[in-house]
Amino acid sequence: MNWETVIGLEVHVQLATKTKIFSAASTAFGAAPNTQACEIDLAMPGTLPVVNKQAIDYAVMFGLAIDAEIGKTSVFERKNYFYPDLPKGYQTTQLEKPIVGAGVVEIQLDNGDTKSIRIHHAHLEEDAGKSLHEGNFRSGVSGIDLNRAGTPLIEIVSEPDMSSAEEAVAFAKKLHSIVTSLGICDGEMSQGSMRFDVNISVRPQGETTLGTRTETKNLNSFKFMEDAIHLEVERQIDLLEEGSEIIQETRLYNGETKVARSMRSKEEANDYRYFPCPDLLPVVISDEHIEQLRSKLPELPDAKQQRFIDQYDLSEYDAGVLSTDATVANYFEQTATQSKNAKLSANWVSGELSARLNAENISITQSPVSAEQLASLIIRIADNSISSKMAKQVFDGIWNGEGDADQIIEARGLKQVSDSGALESMVDEVLANNQAMVDDYINTDADKRKKKLGGFMGQIMKASKGQANPQQVSQILAKKLAELV
Amino acid sequence: MSIEKQTIENLATLARLAVDDKRVDEISQRLSSVLELVDQLQAADTSGLSGLDHPLNETQRLREDEVNKPNMREAFQAIAPDTEDNLYLVPKVID
Repeated sequence: MNWETVIGLEVHVQLATKTKIFSAASTAFGAAPNTQACEIDLAMPGTLPVVNKQAIDYAVMFGLAIDAEIGKTSVFERKNYFYPDLPKGYQTTQLEKPIVGAGVVEIQLDNGDTKSIRIHHAHLEEDAGKSLHEGNFRSGVSGIDLNRAGTPLIEIVSEPDMSSAEEAVAFAKKLHSIVTSLGICDGEMSQGSMRFDVNISVRPQGETTLGTRTETKNLNSFKFMEDAIHLEVERQIDLLEEGSEIIQETRLYNGETKVARSMRSKEEANDYRYFPCPDLLPVVISDEHIEQLRSKLPELPDAKQQRFIDQYDLSEYDAGVLSTDATVANYFEQTATQSKNAKLSANWVSGELSARLNAENISITQSPVSAEQLASLIIRIADNSISSKMAKQVFDGIWNGEGDADQIIEARGLKQVSDSGALESMVDEVLANNQAMVDDYINTDADKRKKKLGGFMGQIMKASKGQANPQQVSQILAKKLAELV
Repeated sequence: MSIEKQTIENLATLARLAVDDKRVDEISQRLSSVLELVDQLQAADTSGLSGLDHPLNETQRLREDEVNKPNMREAFQAIAPDTEDNLYLVPKVID
């Protein structure tokens, strides 16, 4: 039987605010445990939440970016459950009146088609703390770090519009691109800034009702998400084909061991007894404020891609690669502006630089080669001062902190000789010193002489210590040899 | 409206409350009387009235995004039941 996969995503995006959603404690990543958990985050009796204006604005900006209706009156509710990393005994979230209504996100498929993924809604909520099951404390207990408790999140809930792991990953990457371009999330996956819950079901091809779904929770990388979906789809198909049923449940996927397991049955856990939070009044956003935010929206990835094509004459592919991540796009634009050569800038940013950053597993904002330095290198490639081979050496030098391009070219004596007078005398000298090669060339049939050129080129490049401009040398050599024949 | 025993037990589990079996009937009666009151309220004619999101007909005041909470871990942990290595300790939890 042919099976069809149906996937919906819930995406948690940590908002890049300085403070928590309901308290003025810092959200900075990596602080010592519990130093950023104030009395409100700890749910001390008598404390009251006060909503962070920036979190509201960021959520509205996301809504505007996906063409969603903005909830002009949104209401916080309590989702009740007990867990040690949730001191209040409930998570403050939104249910009936979320801040962002239905919207749509376009994704690009591998075959070049686009597909619209509908967003059901997006709501604001608070993150929980972290439970540590082992550490520098006695065994048999769990340690709780509440620094993360109260960090603002938007949870983006998609419709079940994706039909493969590839589509789900494309959607997740598009959301990442949108929220980082908006500047509302730092996009640092390794720090948990974006986490995915994946709802998966399968059904026979052509069937219109949905199969029983499972939810695989808390995936924090695109790769893990892709692997987890493949694994779960296979598991469900195997079960159905042997005549078993799918149990609706929450599953956990371990990216290291590549194994998933059931977490808990949803029946009881699902009874969250939501009700509007009496501590918080409805949040009302005026049309005027929404328009103000709309007018300040930064350029979004799709618009940026089109502009790169128009303004820099890039291919659709290159423009896509360079516009996906706002930090990469900014780096490229700085390089292109300063070097005045967009094509070479595009090649170097998406080629050598990206490869090196990937290999070292660092982001472009931490690149040891600044945009100014890369531009200095590109200027010297474009004006023929250095060959592309030398350029790689210069790039290495910049990467290792030896200075900018001109300093390294100078220090390493890498300057390409393009002065035609100097090159001519160099060619003359090599010809004079290699009479046997010249005779051999003259005695070779005209149609086979081309093969002999390599030997001369090698000698000349060696004589110039690799600094001669190869295109020019080859022209001069051809001319000189023609004169001798 | 009466509340079944199983509902009481379920609610007690969700609320992490220990309910003595002998008291279930009494609790059921008391909660039922609360729900009767709700029934009375629901009988009122509210057509033409829009619902309130909050008993106070006001809107939320918002706060600027500025850090002004100092680190008071020491004070908070001094009154916590159990701490070690700067963490709050709880009975072992595993999903």
